[in-house]
Amino acid sequence: MSRANFLRVIVVSLLLALVLRPEWFAPMFEPFTPPGAAVIYDRTSLLSLSLSHLGIVALASVAAIVVAVLLAILVTRPQGKAFLPLSRTIANMGQTFPPVAVLALAVPMLGFGAGPTLVALFLYGILPIFENTMTGLSTLPPATMEAARGIGLSRRQRLLQVELPLALPLILTGVRLSVVIAIGTATIGSTVAAHTLGEVIIAGLLTNNTSYVLQGGLIVGLFAVLIYDALTQLEASIRKRLGVK
Amino acid sequence: MIEIDNITKVYDGRPAVDAVSMTIESATITAIVGTSGSGKSTLLRMVNRLVEPTSGQVRINGEPTAGLPKNALRRRIGYAIQGHGLFPHHTVARNIGAVPRLLGWDKDKIYTRVNELLDLFSMPPDEFRDRYPAELSGGQQQRVGVARALASRPDLLLMDEPFGALDPIIRTRAQTDLHRIQRTLGSTILLVTHDMEEAIQLGDQVAVMDQGQLVQHGTPAEIITNPATEFVAEMVGGVDRPLRLLSLLSVSQILEEGAAEGEPIDEEASLREALSVCLWSGRNAVPVERNGNPIGRVTLEAIRSRAEGIHEPS
Repeated sequence: MSRANFLRVIVVSLLLALVLRPEWFAPMFEPFTPPGAAVIYDRTSLLSLSLSHLGIVALASVAAIVVAVLLAILVTRPQGKAFLPLSRTIANMGQTFPPVAVLALAVPMLGFGAGPTLVALFLYGILPIFENTMTGLSTLPPATMEAARGIGLSRRQRLLQVELPLALPLILTGVRLSVVIAIGTATIGSTVAAHTLGEVIIAGLLTNNTSYVLQGGLIVGLFAVLIYDALTQLEASIRKRLGVK
Repeated sequence: MIEIDNITKVYDGRPAVDAVSMTIESATITAIVGTSGSGKSTLLRMVNRLVEPTSGQVRINGEPTAGLPKNALRRRIGYAIQGHGLFPHHTVARNIGAVPRLLGWDKDKIYTRVNELLDLFSMPPDEFRDRYPAELSGGQQQRVGVARALASRPDLLLMDEPFGALDPIIRTRAQTDLHRIQRTLGSTILLVTHDMEEAIQLGDQVAVMDQGQLVQHGTPAEIITNPATEFVAEMVGGVDRPLRLLSLLSVSQILEEGAAEGEPIDEEASLREALSVCLWSGRNAVPVERNGNPIGRVTLEAIRSRAEGIHEPS
């Protein structure tokens, strides 16, 4: 086994243990717990929090990918060029709005729970994917595109068979950035009662219990690292297939 | 037969191609030569309608191309370009089979056709079918590009500086290959180049373009011996003209009886090569052989007489 894979196994095991058997780590967190308080968070199962956290991230990311990629395709077509500045503005606005502000604004409309968090993550995730997809679609090798036209591929065939596959590594880079940001940002969703790992952190902050904060933070951090790594691997393997560096 | 009839392309009020007419006979190579900006690529791209003509018409075997759906037209015309333009995410086999797949050929037929073409280009199918373009050398990539253009047995093959990105040695080999393959398959080729040498070597007909106009269209020998304008003369290159003329003729055309000393040359060799051999070895005559058997000789005197511009080559 290579060193990288060995490390991966260790990190995955650590994460599984933290989520499924948190009590094993009690001695480690003991020193950070105020006297009389519980060492390990036990109000909700960490597994259910993790799954719900990842579920919210996945849902928001899929929506962001669909919207961002479609938008990027639209503005790279000749008839959609006029929409480029507008789309850029919208995508940028999504990024400049702090997610907390989005939560605050969304709660009156969507109520407490997962809704506002989904909206905030979705808006926040669009920009990196949009920008990367657009770069990918507008920096394709000119000779390949010329040949694709010259041998008689229709527009649709060019998009599906040539442009998107060739832009895929860059699109994935955008997705990776977006997803990792979303994993971290989802924690603040718990301030408006979304069921995420943020709940553990917030409970810790409210009761001055540092061991809760550490537990929640550690689990979120490990998820982010592992998912980042997995997406990087996927990207590298696709790049290799394309014969590009 | 491809007829280009009074075709014009105007960009921003200025003609890039100005009322060009020419006829390309089936199973021949026509090379369009010109400097950059002469409109030669635009002319080529109007044939498969990558550029829509402002006026005029192209007919393939009598059928005007303007009436056909663009993509259907392009699938009938092979297209090979500088820098090959292969799909980097597809294997060699998939690249070559691209047009047959678009035309809906069945799998077995495509498989056989791809192997046939790889064999034709001296690339063993077992070794090359499943490779990706990035795993090939420049010369191999270029051959795959031409193979892709030929895959569906098109009525016409368009080539835009197909050898432009190759280094000189590979380039010469690619030109020889193309010539051989064209003769084998009887393809009709319209090729664009900025290199007069290439045009003369490959073309059955050479068309010279300057500032959007077709200034001369004829056999290589006509172009060399009788350039129509200053510009053509300059393209042909004053000093090299006798040598270029010699390169069009083969030794067998001035073969004479008799023997000579030293290394023989093949009857298929050009007079330019024969001259070179004479000069290098300091001989006045060189023995000529056919399939390894001596059949006569060629003399320096005879070569010299054919290099004089006043002789219309036969």
